[in-house]
Amino acid sequence: MFKFIIRRIIQTIPVLIGVSILVFSLMHLVPGDPAQIMAGESAPKEQVENIRERLGLNDPLPVQYFNYVSDAVQGDLGNSMRSGRDVTAEIGARFWVTVELAFYSTVVAVFIGLIAGVVSATKRYTFTDTAIMIIALFGLSMPNFWLGLMLIQWFAIGIDLPAWVPFISDTSWFSPSGWGSFKQIVLPVLTLGTGSAAIIARMTRSSMLDVIGQDYIRTARAKGVKERVVIYRHALKNALIPVVTVVGLQFGGLLGGAVLTETVFAVNGMGKLIIDSIQARDFPVVQGTILVVALLFVFVNLLVDIAYRYLNKRIDLD
Amino acid sequence: MSHSTEHIDNTRTAVKSPNPRLKNWNIVFRKLKKNKSAVVGGILIILFIIIAIIGPYITPYAPQTQNLVNKLQPPSGDHWFGTDNFGRDIFSRIIHGTGLTLMVGFFSVLLGATVGILLGIVAGYYGGRTDSIIMRLMDILLAFPGILLALAIVTVLGGSLVNVVIAVAISSIPVFARIVRGSTLSVKKLEYIDAMRALGASDGRIIFRHILPNITSPIIVQATLNIATAILSASGLSFLGLGAQPPQPEWGAMLSEGRNYLYNAPHVALFPGLAIVAVVLAFNMLGDGLRDAFDPKTKE
Repeated sequence: MFKFIIRRIIQTIPVLIGVSILVFSLMHLVPGDPAQIMAGESAPKEQVENIRERLGLNDPLPVQYFNYVSDAVQGDLGNSMRSGRDVTAEIGARFWVTVELAFYSTVVAVFIGLIAGVVSATKRYTFTDTAIMIIALFGLSMPNFWLGLMLIQWFAIGIDLPAWVPFISDTSWFSPSGWGSFKQIVLPVLTLGTGSAAIIARMTRSSMLDVIGQDYIRTARAKGVKERVVIYRHALKNALIPVVTVVGLQFGGLLGGAVLTETVFAVNGMGKLIIDSIQARDFPVVQGTILVVALLFVFVNLLVDIAYRYLNKRIDLD
Repeated sequence: MSHSTEHIDNTRTAVKSPNPRLKNWNIVFRKLKKNKSAVVGGILIILFIIIAIIGPYITPYAPQTQNLVNKLQPPSGDHWFGTDNFGRDIFSRIIHGTGLTLMVGFFSVLLGATVGILLGIVAGYYGGRTDSIIMRLMDILLAFPGILLALAIVTVLGGSLVNVVIAVAISSIPVFARIVRGSTLSVKKLEYIDAMRALGASDGRIIFRHILPNITSPIIVQATLNIATAILSASGLSFLGLGAQPPQPEWGAMLSEGRNYLYNAPHVALFPGLAIVAVVLAFNMLGDGLRDAFDPKTKE
């Protein structure tokens, strides 16, 4: 196990190098002179030259790359062109917001997805099963930015219900923007989590069906073990192993999906920071934030692989 | 169908088409026809293609015609889906946007799949160092979650619909490369490939004439499902203002305009979103059906 972890960590090194090269290239691939873009189109020559000098843009590319990485390793991702603040500080203020959003969404997705998947599998080919799978298919096919807008419309702006609906007159229960209070968290989390819930439900269902078809489950049933015990103690435990991988990948994927959700709900996380910075052509911040999200994703994937290996020792991940 | 007639049926197809590959396609098609969800998906896709082709000629209004007196009107007999903030007919705009959406999905997958298939097949066939270099490169592309890679590429290229196609295509390359590499590895082991090699067939001939035709099924399934994700990503990028530019009637961009009118005209955001859901759903349904149909484990 220890050897596996070490080997897996070593395997991520070339990926990390590749990611850093790609992110570093971002600024240099943008058409035009980065220094000119930063200074603004009408800036005087000396100012452009100043910026070029300050950012080391006159150095050969490999030297620039080396400097970028060695600075990044020390936590220095440059300065924002808009605010002049440290990029690391800009990201630091928003890092946990996005991680929280992705984490809560994953928790909700796992909760809904697992229950839906198990129910669907145990009631295979019934109306319930079909209904759950159709809902899951919708969940998978919905653009989350649209779902977000619709949730705002229904539950934040509120719908005036006709008088004959008992107890509720309008539905403006949650906040349409921001992050922090319970009222603000609910809608973004549902928005981001829905797609994942659908994927987890489908995965759980097919994984459960695979397991339920196996001999040891038939044996357990033949021995007269109660159906509930068969399902929850014997089947679910083994069916969950592939689901763990999906859950981990989902959490990572949601870090990317947060870009859209944060924009819809004006949540001040890393996703919104990327979009705002792209619009302001604030490249150091775009670079830094994309780098941080990618590193986080690689790290989560590493953990998922280790967890999967731990749960399923038979598998050999070469 | 009783067992005996099915047997006769099989022999008949076998006589009709001596090519075993064709017979397999027949089986797949028969399985697909029995899958209700796949049939619905397929019909919807055909319907959308027809709308994309003839729709623009029969819409009640031109997609760009503004009528500020009539802005933000709720759905009515005159404007089935209402009007937007410029008084443009949303129904006509959605019809005009259908072709745009389908083309973005189709071309980004075509581009991404072509590159991904080539890389995957080369990696799987040659193995060794070629394989590890290609697959490590794919790992790097996969290190950017979700829409992030496409976002980074669009940042570099600049926001336009063509650049969105390129960006979404590049981010779908690794998926195809991985699948094709895996399938190539398993086909490569088969004896007839060794036989071809012994007969002196060139690598190119073996790859394109003997390996590629045998790994089409996972590619078709993936391509279908990928059109769905490509449409979602592309409309997402347009929603963020990085793809289609106004006044193009692209659904994601239309949704984005609707954001500002959720309070008094929610229909502006509602209908373009429903259109995206319908198209994506159709491709997902067909893709799921194809996967089951190609799977030899599922019964006819």
